[in-house]
Amino acid sequence: MSMRIVIIGNSATAVGAVESIRQYDQAAEVMIISEEPHMIYSRPLLSHYLAGEIERPRLAYRGADFYVKHHVAAVLEDRVTAIEPDAHRVHTASGAEYAYDKLLIATGGQPIVPPTPGQEAEGVFTMTRLLDAERLLTYLRTHTVRRAVVVGGGMIGMKVTDALVKRGLEVTMVELAPLILSAALDQTASQMLSGLLRQAGVEIHTGNSVSEIGARGGHVAEVALKDGRTLPCDTVIFGVGVRPNVELARQAGLRVNRGIVVDEYMRTSAVDVYAAGDVAEAYDLVVDMNRTVAIWPNAYRQGMIAGAHMVGVLRPDKGGVAMNTVEAMGVPAMSIGYGNAPEGEYEVVTELDAPRHVYRRLVVKENRLVGAILVGQIERAGIYTGLIRHRIDISEHRRNLLSGHLSLLSLPDQYRKHVVRGVGIEV
Amino acid sequence: MKRIVIHEEYCIGCHLCEIHCLVQHSSSRDIIKAYRLERSHLMPRVLVEESGPISFALQCRQCEEPACIEACISGAMHRDERTGAVICDESKCVGCWMCIMVCPAGAIRQNLLGTRIASKCDLCYGADVPACVAHCPNEALTYEEVGEGR
Repeated sequence: MSMRIVIIGNSATAVGAVESIRQYDQAAEVMIISEEPHMIYSRPLLSHYLAGEIERPRLAYRGADFYVKHHVAAVLEDRVTAIEPDAHRVHTASGAEYAYDKLLIATGGQPIVPPTPGQEAEGVFTMTRLLDAERLLTYLRTHTVRRAVVVGGGMIGMKVTDALVKRGLEVTMVELAPLILSAALDQTASQMLSGLLRQAGVEIHTGNSVSEIGARGGHVAEVALKDGRTLPCDTVIFGVGVRPNVELARQAGLRVNRGIVVDEYMRTSAVDVYAAGDVAEAYDLVVDMNRTVAIWPNAYRQGMIAGAHMVGVLRPDKGGVAMNTVEAMGVPAMSIGYGNAPEGEYEVVTELDAPRHVYRRLVVKENRLVGAILVGQIERAGIYTGLIRHRIDISEHRRNLLSGHLSLLSLPDQYRKHVVRGVGIEV
Repeated sequence: MKRIVIHEEYCIGCHLCEIHCLVQHSSSRDIIKAYRLERSHLMPRVLVEESGPISFALQCRQCEEPACIEACISGAMHRDERTGAVICDESKCVGCWMCIMVCPAGAIRQNLLGTRIASKCDLCYGADVPACVAHCPNEALTYEEVGEGR
């Protein structure tokens, strides 16, 4: 009898797992269980959909034939309610029960909504699932919505703000920290992006929070801020961040910190149970510890590693690098690794061309690049990422690399040969 | 699968590869029409790296484990089922630049000339020999079957 693999989740991690399982094994039975009714779609594209830049069909992350082509049984619109690791069985909300030989928990995260009086009013939204985007778009179509308040000045808040501005709304961003995007950027880059948002008419309140949402006739009418100000608005969108969906794992007795604890093959503390993606606490090679990093590339890669191991192929995780891209009014920005590391402890090299909105901040520790922040000019940024990922000693070529002259001819010979051949490198 | 192999010692830095790449990806495939009429939205997908007397032409390295496919949020970056080549489906690309952030060779470029798309080598999809290889006057680029453990 062939092995049965059950995957809880239907996003990047599930796709990574399925594609890697089928790379090595055609016989295993694979089942995906997902609460949402949709085919595999891309969550990061939701802000592009919200902005009106793409139509709904383009949200598809893989073709409509994905399940068929990869022989996957998809159980949609059902939710796993319990895992029994000893019995190798999961239970769902519909009352079904599925036995597994290997289980992958890829439940991702859910939006954080700080408890706020008035949050049950019509016109309050979060933005992580397709359903959220559809609800918000419907609200925008059926109500007169001119002014929006976005709670959160991190990656999600930023993407939602950019999208709503493109839709022609007046947007106010409220962020608890003294700077926007403070988890990813340093002060200079953060202020450059705030400046660009303000130029586009966005009002930004940092060091502040929404203390209450006021409604009129059941619909959002205003928010009260912590500092006593009141802002009239027609909608409030919480884009504070996500926290890992660990409840199932915790109830099943798995080892859980902030995320589910996993090893380099994405194995959890329970036999035959794996976890990967936003829900997993996997190895981050820059900070040299395990932590949750909710980004798409890690989710896909960890899914691949878990899938391979399930069918007996060992592809140990060499670790992820936290990174993201964001854009404010057409100016792209990237944060790679520990880009906002404090000066002093780390060697920091910066270059700023404010009028052209160009900024570069490179962070070096013991002759190795550990982080980069790029604003405006992002061409060939992956060369930096490669140097970080492979912990390459840059002392030989540091002047060229740190001056932003990105060329493969600036790389150490041995490493350059690996890159040029397109093969993996063992360091 | 066949890959483009770079021979740095033979590159004379003439940039003909860039010109023929652009022509190959134009709709006319005619050098004069391509440069006269279509150049405003075209850019070469091969890049000549130069430093003093050293130069070589670089295009997508067709990595065994492509970081760009891992990082792509739209599903545009994929491995072609028929040829095995890593290709960007430009009708799906939204220009988020995640692939640019992870490509260790810096072989993917922003194309902002038309709609925003990530621009990369597609091995001249369907061609027996990619244009850059075919037009290299000094065999500094060759197209070869190269297996694992190169």
